[in-house]
Amino acid sequence: MVIQNADRRMQVYGALLLLPAAVLLGTFAYLPTVATLVNSFFLPGFRGAPPAFVGLENYAMLVEDATFWKVARNNLLYALGTIPTSIALALGMALFVNARLPGRGLVRMAYFTPTILPMIAAANVWMFFYAPQIGLFNKLLGALGLSGVNWLGDPGVALTSVIVMTVWKEAGFFMIFYLAALQSIPPELKEASDLEGTSRWSFFWRVTFPLLMPTTLFVLINALINAVRVVDHLFILTKGGPNNATNLLLYYVYENAFSFFDRTYAATITVVILLVLAVVATLKFTVLDRRTHYQ
Amino acid sequence: MYYPVAVGGALTDVIDGLVAEFENEHPDITVNAIYAGNYDDTRVRAMSAIEAGEAPQLSVLFSIDLFDLLEQDAIVAFDEVIESDEEREWLDSFYPGLMENGQIDGQTYGIPFQRSTIVLYWNKDAFEAAGLDPETPPENWEEMAEMAAAVREASGGEQWGVMVPSTGYPYWMFQAFAFQNGHRLMNEEGTEVYFDDPAAIEALEYWVSLAEEHEAMPDGTIEWGTLRQNFLEESTAMMWHSTGNLTAVRNEASFDFGVAMLPMNTQRGSPTGGGNFYLFKDTTEEEQRAAMTFIRWMTDPERAAAWSIETGYMGVSPASYETEALRNYVEEFPPAAVARDQLEHATAELATYQGGRVRRALDNAVQAALTGQMTPEEALKQAQAEADAALRRYARSR
Repeated sequence: MVIQNADRRMQVYGALLLLPAAVLLGTFAYLPTVATLVNSFFLPGFRGAPPAFVGLENYAMLVEDATFWKVARNNLLYALGTIPTSIALALGMALFVNARLPGRGLVRMAYFTPTILPMIAAANVWMFFYAPQIGLFNKLLGALGLSGVNWLGDPGVALTSVIVMTVWKEAGFFMIFYLAALQSIPPELKEASDLEGTSRWSFFWRVTFPLLMPTTLFVLINALINAVRVVDHLFILTKGGPNNATNLLLYYVYENAFSFFDRTYAATITVVILLVLAVVATLKFTVLDRRTHYQ
Repeated sequence: MYYPVAVGGALTDVIDGLVAEFENEHPDITVNAIYAGNYDDTRVRAMSAIEAGEAPQLSVLFSIDLFDLLEQDAIVAFDEVIESDEEREWLDSFYPGLMENGQIDGQTYGIPFQRSTIVLYWNKDAFEAAGLDPETPPENWEEMAEMAAAVREASGGEQWGVMVPSTGYPYWMFQAFAFQNGHRLMNEEGTEVYFDDPAAIEALEYWVSLAEEHEAMPDGTIEWGTLRQNFLEESTAMMWHSTGNLTAVRNEASFDFGVAMLPMNTQRGSPTGGGNFYLFKDTTEEEQRAAMTFIRWMTDPERAAAWSIETGYMGVSPASYETEALRNYVEEFPPAAVARDQLEHATAELATYQGGRVRRALDNAVQAALTGQMTPEEALKQAQAEADAALRRYARSR
């Protein structure tokens, strides 16, 4: 009897501890998700009229929507372009500024600066870097005697231009995590391997890199989230143009919801994005997690 | 009140100054003026505020948002709020051309504020250097192409002849080309568009030919936001842009420049553009009256004149051009009257139900043609199909 009472008390205690997180998650994650799913089965109402139930019509529209497929493809390219590059660059920069070099603090700060700039401000600066006649990049190319490129106005290079800016912006942020992880690696390992006469190369691949795996996983997830989430710079740089060459999924959702006032179609696209992300998350938990070595 | 700035420059300071002055004169009314980005961003801010149950009493939004705002049931007609004959007179005091985008079914929903037409800015020094008469801007399409090519050649490829922006508001520029070719892109009810008409295709072909054939305009799209800088740094001899840039160009240009009406083909023409005042629903009668007081104060001829001088946007009423301030200004700086004079040849800006989607379809078509992804005909056919689909969806939801 006494034991049962204590047991129940612990249960209530546990539930109470969970409550704040549950309320927050429920309000800001689960409820909107369900509402989005429900919305995707309706057509927007006209002049305050209630929305009309149309079943899967919005999904049928999505399947036929060439823009959606183009945007999805863009987003895939964008993810492939930004994620590996910014992670590799971040690791490289972290290894560099972790070594003893003069002015280390300054270099670290320089690498990290893009991260603390607001995206909108950074994008505004880059817009002038990219400007065809008056921009920095084309002036540099001009000095080398090369004719310039219309960085944001040529559908062939516009998405790459956006990717380059994203990598510039993100690498410094990921570097910080790698730097912290590098500094938490016990120095004895390095000393021991020096005694054994291990080459720097194999020390990095056999010791440092595996120990960095949890960080890599963390950074990877973050980069992935960002690849789907970050859209601010599109507002400034390209508005998704020219001809949707740089349009990405979330920007397309925004356009539908706020420029086209079509909330229900925006909801439909969101549901599809959520489904894809759910698949990715499952892969992460089942495959990647098992291969990661935690300290 | 939310308001947009689409042309850059220190317009927020001007607005803040005006609001402070108004509050001084009307201590019982508080105006909270929030700069909210470009036209699209501002609409989003206003609409989200409504959604959150904190509707603004008034806002400056895109003049062509009318159909969408009606669809969202967000605004009230000024006719419902005005009380006296005097106010009715005020409602009739604006240029009819500027009212076109703000009226439907005999009701007025939008009061012109930061209104514009597209004008041609040209660099007189560059014209002179190319052996052209610096005082004569191109009259028609042919001349513009020739003059632009002449500048390009004379500068040894250092300077472009003409730039027409093709990001931001490509449909707007295209509408000018189409109208100059005698073609209107939509019906008045906002339910049909005519993008793939031969006259429209011809207009887009001409635009594309400026780069392809005459080599007088750069390839690819031209950025709306940096174009003024391009002009100021003399990397182009001519630009098409909103008259709202006029004062900024005047203040910063280190060369002699002129402003002209856009060149014509079968007729002159430019769509009007810019932002209107709207009154929102879900506000008390008292708030609506206060909002009216503010809007009337802001559009008063003297104020409209001052606003026009400080920005380059048009004086919105004939009376504003009769004020001493604007009369003197126009005398001393004639380009300030070009947008007004062009009003005679102006057409309403592209506005339909499902406006965002329809405009976006046209934007994409223009960009696809300019970047060589599609021929003008293919691109406009596709835009027509997309716009038709959007309008059908609208018809269903109605």
